[in-house]
Amino acid sequence: MDSNHTDDSRRRFMKGAMWVISASALGSGVMLSANASTAPELSQYKPVFFNDAEWHFVLAACDRLIPADDNGPGALQANVPLFIDRQLQGDFGQAKDWYMKGPFLEAPAELGYQSPLTPAQTYQKGIAATDTYCQKTFGKVFADLSAEQQDALLTQLQSGQVTLTEVSAKQFFDFLLQNTKEGYFADPIHGGNKNMAAWKMIGFPGARASYLEWVDLHNVPYPMGPVSINGDRG
Amino acid sequence: MSRQEQPVDVVLVGLGWTNAIMGMELAQEGLNVLALERGEDRDTVPDFAYPKMADELTYGVRYKLMVKPAKSTITVRHSLAETAVPYRHLGSFLPGDGVGGAGTHWNGHTWRPMPEELRLRSYVEQTFGKNIIPKDMTIQDYGVSYEELEPHFDFFDKVLGVSGKAGNINGKIQEGGNPFEGPRSHEYPLPPLKRTLNDTMFSDAAKAQGLHPFPLPSSNASEAYTNPYGMQLGPCNFCGFCERYGCINYSKASPQTAILGALKQHKNFAYRTGCEVIKVNLSDDKKTATGVTYIDAKGEEVFQPAKLVVVGTFAYNNVRLLLLSGIGQPYDPLSNTGTVGRNYAYQMMGGATLFFKDKQFNPFIGAGSNATTVDDFAINQIDFAKEGFIGGSYLLAAQTNGQPIHSLPLPPGTPTWGADWKKAAKDYYGHAMSISSHGSNMSYRDCYLSLDPNYKDDHGLPLLRLTFDWKENDLRMTQFMKQKVAALAKGLNPDFLKVSFKDIGTHYDVRPYQTTHNVGGAIMGTDPKTSVLNRYQQSWDVHNVFVLGSSSFPQNLQYNPTMLVGALAYWSAKAIREQYLKHPGPLVQA
Repeated sequence: MDSNHTDDSRRRFMKGAMWVISASALGSGVMLSANASTAPELSQYKPVFFNDAEWHFVLAACDRLIPADDNGPGALQANVPLFIDRQLQGDFGQAKDWYMKGPFLEAPAELGYQSPLTPAQTYQKGIAATDTYCQKTFGKVFADLSAEQQDALLTQLQSGQVTLTEVSAKQFFDFLLQNTKEGYFADPIHGGNKNMAAWKMIGFPGARASYLEWVDLHNVPYPMGPVSINGDRG
Repeated sequence: MSRQEQPVDVVLVGLGWTNAIMGMELAQEGLNVLALERGEDRDTVPDFAYPKMADELTYGVRYKLMVKPAKSTITVRHSLAETAVPYRHLGSFLPGDGVGGAGTHWNGHTWRPMPEELRLRSYVEQTFGKNIIPKDMTIQDYGVSYEELEPHFDFFDKVLGVSGKAGNINGKIQEGGNPFEGPRSHEYPLPPLKRTLNDTMFSDAAKAQGLHPFPLPSSNASEAYTNPYGMQLGPCNFCGFCERYGCINYSKASPQTAILGALKQHKNFAYRTGCEVIKVNLSDDKKTATGVTYIDAKGEEVFQPAKLVVVGTFAYNNVRLLLLSGIGQPYDPLSNTGTVGRNYAYQMMGGATLFFKDKQFNPFIGAGSNATTVDDFAINQIDFAKEGFIGGSYLLAAQTNGQPIHSLPLPPGTPTWGADWKKAAKDYYGHAMSISSHGSNMSYRDCYLSLDPNYKDDHGLPLLRLTFDWKENDLRMTQFMKQKVAALAKGLNPDFLKVSFKDIGTHYDVRPYQTTHNVGGAIMGTDPKTSVLNRYQQSWDVHNVFVLGSSSFPQNLQYNPTMLVGALAYWSAKAIREQYLKHPGPLVQA
């Protein structure tokens, strides 16, 4: 898929237009299951954690991190932004299981996460600071940049080449990428991986969890499509 | 003022493998036994039931069965000169939480230690001379021998229902097993698991290089099995959700599936969950414990009187409880005095990933410990004087967790996102296998555990502080293994090869998962000046306190610790049953 097409699909999202996944965009090996309609439409989803500006950023960023093309679904087709919205309102976003008492000291990177910010706060500050940076540099927010500009900026965030106020650009990017991949490959009960299309693309059978007869059938592709925890079949 | 409970004969702190064993042994003795577990109650049904367990995000990525750092964590620093900072979320190691502890989410790798590892300092000195031991390396003998522990290894094999192939039965080498292992009195209770493609490829490559491949000893049952306690294990169905998950199928031996179901039938055994022990209470002369103090699920402080206290929590938590209780003298690395916290060690891992365009591995088909291994580079097979290090590793090709969020290896040079990342994920998921090394880690004067001066838990008690970094000896060992793994990998002629071993100068990194095999800090030994516990894992200082688990290891094995942890628990239980109960007091005179 060329970048114009991707741009176009994303913009239709931004305007809240009905957004339809074409079978061709998912590739020949990926078929929608009969009960695929149980997953919500991303265009109809009202984010709970993100405000409008943040939501536009996340839609745009996810679209670049895992773009749609003939190889398989993009992050938007897989409902990844919906997954991230849910994760950030939940225990992960609030760092519920993490030790978050001070003091917060500078330490070598090998000693791990030492930020006082929760993942949710990191997203909020990271998105605001990135959009401010984009406004200053390009006169537009991130979501309105071209695909090439977005890719370049995401690369700069990832490598820490851009300095953001109040938040580590790299940490913000790392959460964004981690959660995007999680939403792409997690069981659909968490809101992403719509229709198990990402599993179908790579050949992961999901929650089947029973393969005794297949162990010593060597070098034979497993033929069964995935199942999900709530009983959907791919 | 704390509430006081009715006295018991024995209080068990924690209810994982060690105290499930101790609970069974002492309940059989007729004692009134109470276990206090700080986490939740857990059992196969309902907690591990299909399909909810087949949820990578919840269990494999968000660590639902693991300890929550918000409630309990440690601080970490690389050297004495630094200020330690908290291990704020899990990465490098994943301690378990709740009934069963780490025994519910392990993979089931069930190795015995080598006889030489239990008397490592003596073995090195006698074989290669004292001079090869670096000045600040503090390796020691355990004070108990392989021969003394063999009956307990053998019994724990039967409790776990280990699937494997013996390599040495009573000194006679067995075809297809590990020819370098210590002598075993019996064959494994179950035959090896079925082999996946990666296993057979590794096995062929190893044989071609003159090595001795054999199936990894596995506590994933290869057949239906009933253990000595009458507990039934079902055949493993290779569901692919093992490490980080509870077993859906009663196949992976855990405290629940192997012991607790039977133990709960004993009317003189009881357990309470949500009870966090914060102190072992001592008599005025500090020679005996009077019981323990815990905080219950409602936040109330409770004193539980007991005649015998068995501490069997995760390794470093054992050490913290001793320090919080004032049992033994805290270790000071500067003066090299004291013992509690001394000789912490971790484990040295490395690995290679091999990519084959024309091979389909179906990586989601996996048991926790279906793997082929070689032990040709074990501690008793290496000339330490010639190679310039002390240690060893086993090498393995395992296929355990093919879940795509945390286990999706891609060829070198693949971008981490974008269309090319996605194409690589599509093209290579299912086309990779790994060869790993799992190795020893020696102990050092400045690698230790102590109470942190800056960070506290919810009760206002200090967190435990870990001071640890990799040392050149152990990095040289892993570089040696790198050559061996690379040679095996190249023998298989992959399309792409990714090799990842720690280089000299690498610092310990808490971020990527490595292993949960943390050991030491409350070590057993022969001299109270250099060990916390005697050879029966009894406190030198407070004779009615026994401390179980890998905190007893004076340095780390090249193997996974569970078999030794279990056998040592049976060894301690035997000493309590046959000696201590008749004559309470120190079992070894200092």
